Amino acid sequence: MTPAPNVAAAAEAVESHLHPVPSYDVAVHPKPSGLEEVWRFTPLKRLRGLLDGEPSGDRLKWEAEVPPQVTVSEISAADARELGEMRPTDRPAALAVVNADRVVLVDVPAGAVLDSPLVIRLTGASVDETAWAHVLLRIGDHADGTVVFEHTGSARYAATTSVLVGAGANVELVSLQLWDDDAVHLGQINTRIGRDAVVRSFQVSLGGDVVRIVENVEYDAPGGQLEMYGVYFVDAGQHIEHRLFVDHNQPHTASHAVYKGGLQGEGAHSVWVGDVLIRKVAEGIETFETNRNLVLTDGCRADSVPNLEIETGEIRGAGHASATGRFDDEQLFYLQSRGISEDEARRLVVHGFFADIVRRIGVGEVEERLMAALERELAGDPAAVQRAQAAGR
Amino acid sequence: MATLEIKDLHVAVTTEDGQKPILNGVDLTIRSGQTHAIMGPNGSGKSTLAYSIAGHPKYTVTSGSVTLDGVDVLSMKVDERARAGLFLAMQYPVEVPGVSVSNFLRTAKTALSGEAPKLRTWAKDVNSALDSVKMDRDFAQRNVNEGFSGGEKKRHEIVQLELLNPQLAILDETDSGLDIDALKIVAEGVNRFRDQGDRAVLLITHYTRILRYITPDFVHVFVAGRIAEQGGPELAERLEAEGYDRYLQGAAS
Repeated sequence: MTPAPNVAAAAEAVESHLHPVPSYDVAVHPKPSGLEEVWRFTPLKRLRGLLDGEPSGDRLKWEAEVPPQVTVSEISAADARELGEMRPTDRPAALAVVNADRVVLVDVPAGAVLDSPLVIRLTGASVDETAWAHVLLRIGDHADGTVVFEHTGSARYAATTSVLVGAGANVELVSLQLWDDDAVHLGQINTRIGRDAVVRSFQVSLGGDVVRIVENVEYDAPGGQLEMYGVYFVDAGQHIEHRLFVDHNQPHTASHAVYKGGLQGEGAHSVWVGDVLIRKVAEGIETFETNRNLVLTDGCRADSVPNLEIETGEIRGAGHASATGRFDDEQLFYLQSRGISEDEARRLVVHGFFADIVRRIGVGEVEERLMAALERELAGDPAAVQRAQAAGR
Repeated sequence: MATLEIKDLHVAVTTEDGQKPILNGVDLTIRSGQTHAIMGPNGSGKSTLAYSIAGHPKYTVTSGSVTLDGVDVLSMKVDERARAGLFLAMQYPVEVPGVSVSNFLRTAKTALSGEAPKLRTWAKDVNSALDSVKMDRDFAQRNVNEGFSGGEKKRHEIVQLELLNPQLAILDETDSGLDIDALKIVAEGVNRFRDQGDRAVLLITHYTRILRYITPDFVHVFVAGRIAEQGGPELAERLEAEGYDRYLQGAAS
């Protein structure tokens, strides 16, 4: 058996519901009816017409803290294709590419070691504004640094972000969805990992009415390592969806995903779909994905769908785990039996549940803000009621 | 001075087949400065007594009373009982992922005393409590009971006993599963607590082994959910020689 022709054949031939069809052609991604596998969990009626794809000149306000080595520029969509970005795999991502009037290129040059994180703050003025965005983040060979995207305010927002990670690079990508209660955010992040590069990504989704983040990852060469983390907290009436697809298309690559969510309040709905494809060529790979949901009240719904498609047995390991449960009464009893009040005990348990992910972020300021935000979520902010009312209409 | 008074306590546990009675009329009074040992065979209800006093939601008190210095304990929430001065060292201490021992101890101490402990002295207190049960100081940074061995979990209970210093400590089979060295360490911790003079201890155990290191003032034999016999330390020695068979036959007839 000669591997090379098989690889080419396999790459073309995989017919799998796990494998989204990448294409710039919007017609390839027709408007969903809600029955499609990739849309069946999403509340289409609450997307405020974003999937209609009306062009719009609105933009989110962009503020960035840019380390000296990094350049930010604008290029055309054609240039972005030329630079080898990955193609969009669903309708909002394809629409964002078509409708965004420019591509923001963020360049971290080869060998650059960033002393401070590159922070990009995106703020929406109002949910009445429709913003399309197209971003290309290029991490040069052996570059080392952290990139933080932070979303606040409100908008109906669709964004396609490509991340091209060079050989031997070591990069941490953090995306914070801290939207106001009425925001709609359909985001796609497509990452290609270079030879022996290490990528750690964090998706943190706390705000918004509907947030749907799609993460696609593939490898450019052997040896790439991926750690994907996710933290979400879903309030009454809120829909937060994370879909990840890791395509092990190169041998000796690794992926490790851990997503944890808390749900609280009537109509809180979380969706986590974790698809991993291990192609025939992908010998010696290792993958494990975990999703855990902590259901804090009645009336919540957590959908958790791990999928693993394996085309070669010559791997180091592959697996997944999913668990959705309520507070552990024994943990609460133990803490309370030491004099800690029930509320404080719950706070400690939730804190602990998320802390092992948040602690890994490595940006102290972000970690502290997130733990504080999670505690506020747990305490129940008054705006959650409005969301519940909106969901009930 | 504190007095815990248990009167005609009946407790049931909810099972798939409905309520199953476990305690069938327990009378027991424990005063400051006293150490009581409750001994009995498996399934006699010893642990149920401990958890009922602490307020575990699994158990329902169907009749009887528990008071601390005349104040109704049963109407208190679990944390209120702890703040009233009760402490339960558990047979199977619970793992709490993501919560460090240090944070846990400080939060508990703050809840019990109503104010945060002074940073500098508190760190010393925690270290010395860990030292005294021969636990590495690094345990303070580890998650509560996560990945601890059975013996480490029990010693961590004694660290809490030392730092939280309650009025009454209930030790639920704290000796089970310990090797002799660990047993001595745990017993020394309990004795340090007792030596304050005005503290009360309720020691629940299946074996007489720990009573060689902690001498009780009173021994109660627990059978079928009630106290079958009471005596002094000599009763423990008799149990050591004769076992529980005599009581079990009595209960069956």
